[in-house]
Order: sequence, then C-alpha cells, then structure tokens
Amino acid sequence: MIGITSYGAYVPRLRLSRVAAAQANAWSNPGLMAQARGERAMANWDEDSLTMAVEAARDTLEGRASADISAVYFGSSTHPFADRQNAGVVAAALDLPESISSADLGGAQKAGTAALIAALDRVAAGRPGEALVVAAEHRRARPGSAQELQYGDAGAAFTVGSTAVIAEFLGSHSVSVDFVDHYRAAGQAFDYIWEERWLRDEAFQKWVPAAVTAALEQFGIAAGAVDHFVLAEPVAKLSALVAKRCGIADAAMSDSLLGVVGHAGAAHAPLMLASVLQKADAGQIIVLVGFGQGCDVLAFRTTAALAALPARTGVAGSLKRRREEKNYPKFLSFNETVALEKGLRGEANPQTALSAMYRNRRMLFGLVGGRCTKCGTAQFPAADICVNPSCHHQGPMQPYRFADEAAHIKTWSADWLTYTPDPPAHYGMVEFKRGGRFVADITDWDLGKVEVGQAVRMVFRVRGRDAQRGMVRYFWKAAPLAGAGEH
Amino acid sequence: MSKGIRDKVAILGMGCSRFGERWDMGAEELMVESFTEALGDAGIDRKQIEAAWLGSCMDEVNIGKSALPASMALRLNNIPVTRVENYCATGTEAFRGAVYAVASGACDIALAIGVEKLKDTGYGGLPGLDGGSLPPLWWPNLSAPGVFAQVASAYMSRYKVPRDVLKRALAEISAKSHANGAKNPKAHLRNAVSCDTIMASPMIAEPLGLFDCCGVSDGSAAAIVTTPEIAKSLGKHRDQMVTVKALQLALSNGSEGGYNDWDGSYIHTTRVAAQRAYAEAGIRKPRDEISMFEVHDCFSITELVTMEDLALSPDGGAIKDVMDGFYNADGKIPCQIDGGLKCFGHPIGASGIRMVYEMYLQLLGRAGERQLKNPRYGLTHNLGGFPHQNVVGISIVGRYQ
Repeated sequence: MIGITSYGAYVPRLRLSRVAAAQANAWSNPGLMAQARGERAMANWDEDSLTMAVEAARDTLEGRASADISAVYFGSSTHPFADRQNAGVVAAALDLPESISSADLGGAQKAGTAALIAALDRVAAGRPGEALVVAAEHRRARPGSAQELQYGDAGAAFTVGSTAVIAEFLGSHSVSVDFVDHYRAAGQAFDYIWEERWLRDEAFQKWVPAAVTAALEQFGIAAGAVDHFVLAEPVAKLSALVAKRCGIADAAMSDSLLGVVGHAGAAHAPLMLASVLQKADAGQIIVLVGFGQGCDVLAFRTTAALAALPARTGVAGSLKRRREEKNYPKFLSFNETVALEKGLRGEANPQTALSAMYRNRRMLFGLVGGRCTKCGTAQFPAADICVNPSCHHQGPMQPYRFADEAAHIKTWSADWLTYTPDPPAHYGMVEFKRGGRFVADITDWDLGKVEVGQAVRMVFRVRGRDAQRGMVRYFWKAAPLAGAGEH
Repeated sequence: MSKGIRDKVAILGMGCSRFGERWDMGAEELMVESFTEALGDAGIDRKQIEAAWLGSCMDEVNIGKSALPASMALRLNNIPVTRVENYCATGTEAFRGAVYAVASGACDIALAIGVEKLKDTGYGGLPGLDGGSLPPLWWPNLSAPGVFAQVASAYMSRYKVPRDVLKRALAEISAKSHANGAKNPKAHLRNAVSCDTIMASPMIAEPLGLFDCCGVSDGSAAAIVTTPEIAKSLGKHRDQMVTVKALQLALSNGSEGGYNDWDGSYIHTTRVAAQRAYAEAGIRKPRDEISMFEVHDCFSITELVTMEDLALSPDGGAIKDVMDGFYNADGKIPCQIDGGLKCFGHPIGASGIRMVYEMYLQLLGRAGERQLKNPRYGLTHNLGGFPHQNVVGISIVGRYQ
C-alpha cells in the first residue's frame, strides 16, 4: 500500500478583513461590496510561499523523524526564485540530508496536485524513503481588484510513502486542457482574468465534471461512495456544480475555506485535503481535484493509521491562530503593491555574500548551531571554541538544531528608528531552555504585548529583500506563542 | 603581575573642538581645531610629536579608512600614525595607543586624536552597525537605541521596577546632563530640559524616548602625552600635572550573547574593566574615592546601569541614587559634569578623549562655570557595541603624586 503518511498546513496569522479592503476601494468599484464578507489570509511582510511551505512541512513532520525523506517537491505559482531551487531552500530549512532529490513544480494552479502525483509516482516506482510534498502560495493581486478579496496566502504539505499510510492512494487521472480563464505572463506581477461566467459555463459545466467522471470510472469508485469531494473552486459554488453533474452527494462537499482563507492558488486543493484529513474517519473515500489548464483527479481511502498520528496544528489550528487586520494600506505595503516611504535608513542594502551563505548554510537555513562535546553546552552559532566561560573546549561540536527547541524572550525592544517594513522592529535576546541564545528578530508580535519571559517558537522567515539584486534573504525569527490578541 | 600604567604617563596638553552639527566643517578641520588647542596647551612644536593614534569609527561617512587623513590634515612630520577603531570605545583606544607608546619608552611624546563627522548622512542617529559578510545574513537590523533598550527590559524584569518608575529615573538622568551641558560652551546641546518634557518625547525604542538618546554630533578631541619626567623638563609643575592612574579595556568573548548566564540587566565588561582599573589605580572604595566621572551615556539606561557596574551604586540601587541627586553637579559624585554624550555630544571617535578632556580641565581647575571643588580622581567610561557584545574602555586620571 502506498499513500499519504502525514499532513500539515499553514495559514498565516494575519487575516485581512474583506469589509475593510472593499470599503477602501468601493469609491472606485462599488461592486466589491458584494464580496465584503469574511476575511482572507494575508502573509506577513516576511512571509512568502517558501516560508509558508516550510511551516506547513514542519507541521507535517511534527512528532516524526525526517531522516527517511528522500525527495522534496514544491508546487506553487509564486515561488520566490525563478532560477534557484525553492524546494532546496525548503529542504535546507528543514535540515534534511543533502542526499535527496528535489524539484519545483509550477506554471499552473494544479501545481500542488502535480507535486503530489509526482511524489506518489516516485514511491510507486519503488524508490526508497518517503517523499515530502509542499504546496504554498503568496498571491498578489492588483489593488482594487476582486481578486484581492478572493485570493489568500497559505501552504499545505504531505509525506508520501509505503508504511504507516493514513490515506491509501487509489489512483490518479489527469487531463491537460489549455483553457485560459486567467493567466500571468512571465515577469508580470498580476493575473489577467476573464469573467466568471466563462469559467463556470465552459469549464465547470463541461470538461471538469467529465474528467471527474472518467477518473471515478478508472478507479472503480461509485460517485455515491465518495465521502469527501475536494475541489479547489476558484470562486464559490463551482464545485457543487461538478458534484451534481457527477452524482456526488451534497454531504460529501468539503469546506472550500474561501470565506476564511481565500483561494490559495496551487496550494488550495492541498490545503483543503489537509483540512479534510484532520476531520476524516478511517475507511473514507476522498476525491481530490486540482484545477488549472486541465485537472488532476486523485482518490484516497483513509486508514486506521490516521487516528494514530500525533496532534498537529493543521488547518483547524492555523485558523484559530489569527489576528484580524483592518489596515488595508498595510496589506498593500506588505504585498509591495504600493511603495511606502522607507526613509533613508531603508536604503541600506548590502550585497548578499553567496559564499558566506553557502559556507554557513546549515546555520542560516537549518538553524543548526553546535553542542560542545565536553560540557554539553548548546550554542549558536557553532564555533571552534566552546562559549561556556568555564569550558572553552576546543574541537568540533556536534551539530545541534535549535528550530524546534523551547525558547523565550530574555530581553527585547520595539525599535522605531531602524528600518523595517512593519515598524516598530521587534528584536531581542532569545534564550533556549536547553541552552543557547542569540539576538533575534521577533515577528508576529502584538504591539504592547511582548514581554520578558514570553515563550516563542522559532520560524523561518524573510530577513530582508534586496530589490536591486532580486535576492531574498531568509533566516529564523522568534514568534511569540499564543500571545494576547489571538482568538 | 604587571605594575600597570599608574603614574607612568602624564598629559602634556589637551584640546577639544566645539561639538555639534558642524555643517561648516569636515573631519579634517575638526581635527585641526582640537589639535591646535592641544598643541598650544602642551607648549610644544608639532615636530616633537613622535607617534600618533587616530580614532575614527564610521567609515561610511567621516574620513574613510587609514590614518592618512590625520597625518595629512595635521601636517605631521612623517611619523607613525595608526588608525584605531573599536566601535564607540574608539576614542579611548586611540588614547591607550599613545599612552602605551610613551609608557613603553618607544617614544617621548605621542598624540591621540579622535574625530567623527557624523552629520554627513542626511538622517539622525548612526548609520547601520552590521558590517561584514555574515552578520547581515542573520542579525536583526539593530539600531543603537534598540540594543540599549534591551537593558531596560531586563533591568525592569530583574529588579521588578515598574516602567513609569524607570522612565522617571531615566528622565532625571537626562535632565541632569542638560543642566550640566547648558554650562559648557563647547557642548552640542546647551538647553535645560524638564523631566516632563523628557518623558513626553517621541518613542525611539521602547522604553527610550528621544531625550533618552545622546546627541549625534561632529567633533574632535586630542591629547598629547609624555612621561612625568619629560613633562617636568618641559616646564609643567608637579602640582599642575595630570597623570594616568589606570587605563583598562575589556571586550566580550561571546559569553553574554551566547551562554545562558548573563541576564541582560548590566554590562559585564564594564564590571571587569572597572575592577581592573580600580586595582591599577589603587582605589579600594570607589564610591568614596572617585571625585567625578564621565560615563558612556549613549542612552540614559546605559548611564543608569553603569553606576552599578562601576560599583558606585549597589546593584538595583542606581535609581535611588539618581533620584537623590547623588550624581548631580551638586551631589556627592558628579557625573557628566560637562553634559556627557547626552549634551556635550557623541562624535564617536572623539568621545573617549573628550571625557578625559573634561577630567583634565577639572583636575587643573580650568572648567570655568562648572568647576568642581578640589577633585582628586576622575574616571572615564567608554562603551562600544551592544550590551551583549561590546568593548569597554575605562581610564582613571588624577593629579600627579
């Protein structure tokens, strides 16, 4: 048996109020108010598809070893790099061994399901180890557009393997159709979109249901036997049309998450699947459809092992961890769709030393420091000579990863002087319970709620963006755990 | 155990430029201003200077790299000139170079000159602090107020001090320096400011407001040093001679920033350097023996904890001493009698020497309106870097005995 062995999800904490966004633009387009309900997930300024992929993958790997991961596939249409492997950075942030295969899949909204199929095919081909599939999207839309309200930022991840399978893979069926409801040319910031009637009538009433029916026939699954129908509809109510045409029961319709997350592009079908897995019972049939210039249809049957998975954040936990954002200009600034004044300090922009980045890649991406082989002191970064003043042992240290270590804030400040896209810049001494400390950026803070002793979780984030050279610099930051202001 | 520097080196002459936003002058002209005063005070010809140390910190502005700008601006006699840089403790580093040169006997007369031309950036505060290739990849975008504000968070946490109590004490510290600076014709900020105004000033880095931050200034300071014997031969009377009693430097080795021991509420290296300096100068009870001092009050919180780090106030007791006026001009141990970094200003490379300049003037009875009565020992404390990794320079000067 092969199939999904674990799942995880990540929805950024900030949720843009659609009312706030629609109201800001209603003077220009009063029709937006018709969509002014609920909220959409909004990446913090220091999040992108890659950082969200890392968080979803960490959720997936919660409570299990990652040493047997042999491949990483990263599906997205918003990879931060066009030519630097994004999946490789994800693997480095997870501190996976370098002896793995990795690939980015993109170019369509079905890149998430394509990545899942690639992983399943790899395992089916008998390659050793498990494959990690991540899908994440940071979707930008033109200010004042309907898509700004409809899109959302999120990530989901799965491991695929042949032991301890939680959802058995029953088969996949794909069609490729150059049906263009929207597109984004290379180098363009925003999608170009046609009316929804075109999408609804020509795709979701015609070839999408045909593909689903063909798939079910191929899998030998009766439409009435489907327990969870997961179709990431670009706009509301389209999947119900497909289900009806295919004979799938209303009760099988899964939560579209559009009202609370928005549509997370290539990550949306994986996100919905992760949500379903968090709720599903053993022995249930799940049909997953990824849409975008064709569609991928996959079927799974949950197993008894699903209930035995360790607890994780998943979609449900991510949705609970939220902070409403009503500041629409902040949303625009975070997405760099408006350029706010940065001040002269914002001009400082050193070149990234690629050699230093490579030399220190386990430190910078894996948050790996060292543990003294003599006194056992964990320290960051690793050094030739132990930092413990009563030790100072010289010799190689054991690699020691801090990413999942319990930590708290030892000292902090909120700095209005230094440049940050989200002032005031919060940073401080972060101390790890089992040893080690360093001065780190603090992210996902609530103004006035940061304090000494506060527990934090280390998260992989954007340290800075070098627009002049197109570099995104990543490092780890401290995010307060369950701070006030979260609901 | 070495015998230390005590009484081996005398200050022959000192000079200090007016500090402030010197839009009219570059670093070269500022150096000439302090050097000219020092040379006149020493009563020697520039050709008698055998070696020089230049302190300057920010190469982004200022004079760039190397000691050439000093050698050229001062038209020195092709002597060895060395540029030193050690964050905000740069000035003391330059002074140490000259003092050590004379103490070693390698030369008879040496010059220390510090300069900083900060007001060529277009914005307030200092340029960014994260040099090198690796630090920008993982350090936060640290600002000076942001890093020193960390100490305030730890201090409040350790001593259970409510924020408003701390803010009030910090305001008293700044108000005292403003009162002192108002009497100093060379100071950058020469206005008395009330505690209410200070506490209402805009937030810079929680909990530090604008008036908790020192002036960002242009300026230069210089010292010409020699041995007491040579000073005597040049006509300096014994009772008009100021000598170096102690000169210590302590640098972090990574333990505060990397080992879970230091609690962030004090500056570890200040404590180390202070104890060494007291021992070198033969001072046993600093609270009773130090007459006056200039500390590195880059921010009011730094001054507060330095009172404790120098063992002048007991741990957790600085707020009480500050509120009691212990460190005011009319208090037991006046601190920042010249206005400090806060109001005299902080041209980085010059600051350590500027502190010595004030102690020198006070010891010689030349401090004018702010002259203290019969001071014996003056201490300077110069701090560069961040609370968790820094450079501390401490000097103690006094009359030659």
